[in-house]
Amino acid sequence: MSANEIILDVKDLQTSFKTDTGEVRAVDGVSFQLPKGKTIGIVGESGSGKSITSLSILRLLASNGTIKNGEVLYKGQDLLKFSEAQMRKLRGNEISMIFQEPMTSLNPVYTVGQQISEALILHQNMSKKEAAVRSVELLKLVGIPSPDKRVKNYPFELSGGMRQRVMIAMSLACNPEILIADEPTTALDVTIQAQILELIKDLQERLGMSVIFITHDLGVVAETCDYVAVMYAGQVVEYADVRTLFKEPKLPYTIGLLNSLPRHDIEQDKLEPIQGNVPSPHNMPVGCRFAPRCPAATDLCRAKMPKLETDENGNQIRCWIYSEEWDGESEVNLYGETRIAKGRGTKTVLPD
Amino acid sequence: MAKQELLKVEGLKQYFPIKGGLLGRTTNHVKAVDDISFTIYEGETVSIVGESGCGKSTTGRAILRLEEPTEGVVEFKGVNLAGLSKREMRKYRKDMQIIFQDPYASINPRQTVASVLNEAMEIQKVLPANKRRARIEELLETVGLLPYQADRFPHEFSGGQRQRIGIARALSVNPELIICDEAVSALDVSIQAQVLNLLEDLQQEYNLTYLFISHDLGVVRHISDRIIVMYLGKIMEIADKESLFENPKHPYTKALLSAIPVPDPDKKKERIVLKGDVPSPINPPTGCRFHTRCPFATEKCVTDVPELRTTAGMKENHQAACHYIEEIASGEMQPNY
Amino acid sequence: MTKFIIRRLLQTIPVLLGVTILVFSLMHLVPGDPAQIVAGEGASEQTVENIRERLGLNESIPVQYGTFLGNALQGDLGSSIRSGRPVMEEIGARFWVTVELAFYATLVAVFLGLIAGIVSAVRHYTLADTSIMIAALFGLSMPNFWFGLLLIQWFAIGNWMPESLEFLKMRPSGWGDSWRQIILPVLTLGTGGAAIIARMTRSSMLEVIGQDYIRTARAKGVSERIVTYRHALKNALIPVVTVVGLEFGGFLGGAVLTETIFAINGMGRLTIDAIRTRDFPIVQGTVLVISVIFVLVNLIVDISYRLLNKRIDMN
Repeated sequence: MSANEIILDVKDLQTSFKTDTGEVRAVDGVSFQLPKGKTIGIVGESGSGKSITSLSILRLLASNGTIKNGEVLYKGQDLLKFSEAQMRKLRGNEISMIFQEPMTSLNPVYTVGQQISEALILHQNMSKKEAAVRSVELLKLVGIPSPDKRVKNYPFELSGGMRQRVMIAMSLACNPEILIADEPTTALDVTIQAQILELIKDLQERLGMSVIFITHDLGVVAETCDYVAVMYAGQVVEYADVRTLFKEPKLPYTIGLLNSLPRHDIEQDKLEPIQGNVPSPHNMPVGCRFAPRCPAATDLCRAKMPKLETDENGNQIRCWIYSEEWDGESEVNLYGETRIAKGRGTKTVLPD
Repeated sequence: MAKQELLKVEGLKQYFPIKGGLLGRTTNHVKAVDDISFTIYEGETVSIVGESGCGKSTTGRAILRLEEPTEGVVEFKGVNLAGLSKREMRKYRKDMQIIFQDPYASINPRQTVASVLNEAMEIQKVLPANKRRARIEELLETVGLLPYQADRFPHEFSGGQRQRIGIARALSVNPELIICDEAVSALDVSIQAQVLNLLEDLQQEYNLTYLFISHDLGVVRHISDRIIVMYLGKIMEIADKESLFENPKHPYTKALLSAIPVPDPDKKKERIVLKGDVPSPINPPTGCRFHTRCPFATEKCVTDVPELRTTAGMKENHQAACHYIEEIASGEMQPNY
Repeated sequence: MTKFIIRRLLQTIPVLLGVTILVFSLMHLVPGDPAQIVAGEGASEQTVENIRERLGLNESIPVQYGTFLGNALQGDLGSSIRSGRPVMEEIGARFWVTVELAFYATLVAVFLGLIAGIVSAVRHYTLADTSIMIAALFGLSMPNFWFGLLLIQWFAIGNWMPESLEFLKMRPSGWGDSWRQIILPVLTLGTGGAAIIARMTRSSMLEVIGQDYIRTARAKGVSERIVTYRHALKNALIPVVTVVGLEFGGFLGGAVLTETIFAINGMGRLTIDAIRTRDFPIVQGTVLVISVIFVLVNLIVDISYRLLNKRIDMN
């Protein structure tokens, strides 16, 4: 990958929140790259920090949240150094966002048309009339039947699937470079989810956007994304192209997650779940954050946090097993699968 | 096969009135469940799947008479529950327990785990008071919690642990049937797998029967023996697990299965994307309820209600409610997208 | 919507009937013989009998109520015992004074309350927020009669604004000649309402600002000002409208103290005087008029709430 193809480069992002019980590092070391025109999936369980990551990129955090560190390079410029006015020019224009809850993400007291028009009037200097005409076109683009009538509807008059289409129309109003979709189908039924996923994919091809897809659903990731960043306890722990991630996951957590997933397409024996619970953000392990649940954890894992290391294919992993310092067995058994450690497997065979 | 019938549902209907007009009269009904029948045998797991509004949760609640069914027979071990008085019904409540999606909402936040379980046992008089504490600690261990956690409050537990408490409460009265209403839907994948495994282990240990209500076909395939697919208050297809997933007959089942994303980037399959939204259950479509979205629908589907039936090429316990099972299977009818 | 208005109108009928029954019972709930009470102690048998005759107290209770209701529907609430003038005339002379007072007090309450509430919500947990909320607490807890007296002390008697003593010259027909005539009573009456509206606006705004659609608006690149005034305020005002309507109704009925302190010849004072002099027809009349207005205000509030909040229309 040459550098000019990367439209968004997030480096070591750290975001914390002030709460009654102290400061919480919700995002603590997130790095990933989004190549232009591609889709990256950010996947993780609840509390992994994936939604906070997306809000941090657009700097839309609640008032008790602050970005402590890191860089968000959009076309080479660090968004974290932008003024609020510069950010406003970007939001909804070059980078736009859709959210999980289509039921509550639209303003109940304005019509669908008014809400779509707002961004057009704001960013594209359109008149009210021009924006209204364009709103109808956008509703048509996202497959809403009789758009000229729907444009006058209030959100409560539409179904969940239709509202999510409206949200998408709104986010596409100004032909954004990047679309951030935060769990856009989680609240929808599967047949409606299929419609929305199809729509996003289709629009991406036609409009050439890059997409950040935030989800907890590994199936959705496999179907829609080109690259995947797996998050755990506020950190990116594995980053790879989608095929590698699903076919040869390296990280114990990723392997465990895939093996925990009940599938409808194949017959499985007993599931092999990851033991234990996600650590509390108030009480993070000092070493690797997955160490207390990891079947292969060693003293090193428990004592020292691994760094996110990049391999020869550009894939990244945060795990001691694949480092030269590894102090465990060279063959590691992870949820019924075997992985070869780097330290003792390759490096120790170099005496002369 | 000498399978013992445990629960038999026949012609179950659940209509909810809609008030309206000047005088607030009942102007219409939401036909949440509209004439469904099925049987659950002892020791098996039957799942009801479907999208929101299909009536799956209403069915579970109607079986337990949490809401009085409008019509129909629910037989538990040969006894018609609908005919029982409130008092007699209470005895059967002990045998039929329910676990909800959000156990937190159904547990009093000011009660410790021990008092929640104690109360359940007290109401159903399963054990004398002096033996209950020991049983509570045993139950907690059974569901993978620690005995000393008995004196903690619900908010001190994570979502997965609370679901374990919900399971312990259900188990505390020694039930025969447990209805799991989206019991694992709110849990993260890694925790969900733990709870699913627990449910399977408990089934073996206590010979439990499960009625599993879920929208997640992955979970359903994993846990069920037989599966009921519902759409807008009607059963579309009933089959054993293998038949349903490998040999689905109803166009809705096929569409549903094809709509679910698979966590395998190499499996690029033909997807049937259904058009439009699920119609309102207030005035459901005539004939086959699915005809408004079905790619095979004809005039007949608009007027005639299809019955559940078994055709050639289907196992004996496999039924689908479609007029054109044969024609679709033979390729005589092609989808019209 | 029309259906809703009709239904809502029909619903007010039993409420109004209930009000008339209560008002009618007033006279009969007083212990002892109403005629004797009206006549006062030491009145002659004949006087008491005359009064009884005049008030129609010799009839059976249902007949009395029927007559009362029939007359009331025609706008006849009897005559004042003291002055002998028709009750409606007495009330009519004072009515607009109170309406004017209540109207301006509502304006003040809405104006002050909204600004304070919005500032408080937008800068919540800052010094501004805390000060406003402490002030609002004062406004709420301060009794009208005391605050009114303080205002008179500071402004009128303290010579800061001696013109404001002109409230004494307020014409009984209402609509004062200059703002000076009404500013002090209006402030007295309005501050409590302002405090309620401020608190309501603040909590409603805070709730709305946490909603998903506010985040959506920000994600569109909308400035904070527009987020506050276009996206949040319109939603936050929906519950506030209810309060404003009820405030106005409350001011109409609750101006009693304020009118007494400022010696304003409004309905409140009329009521107080009537109670003191046992002028039952007047008491019945004022209570009835205020109740009817309150019911109507409620009706208007419900309808405007409905118009503002289209979501309720769903069922």
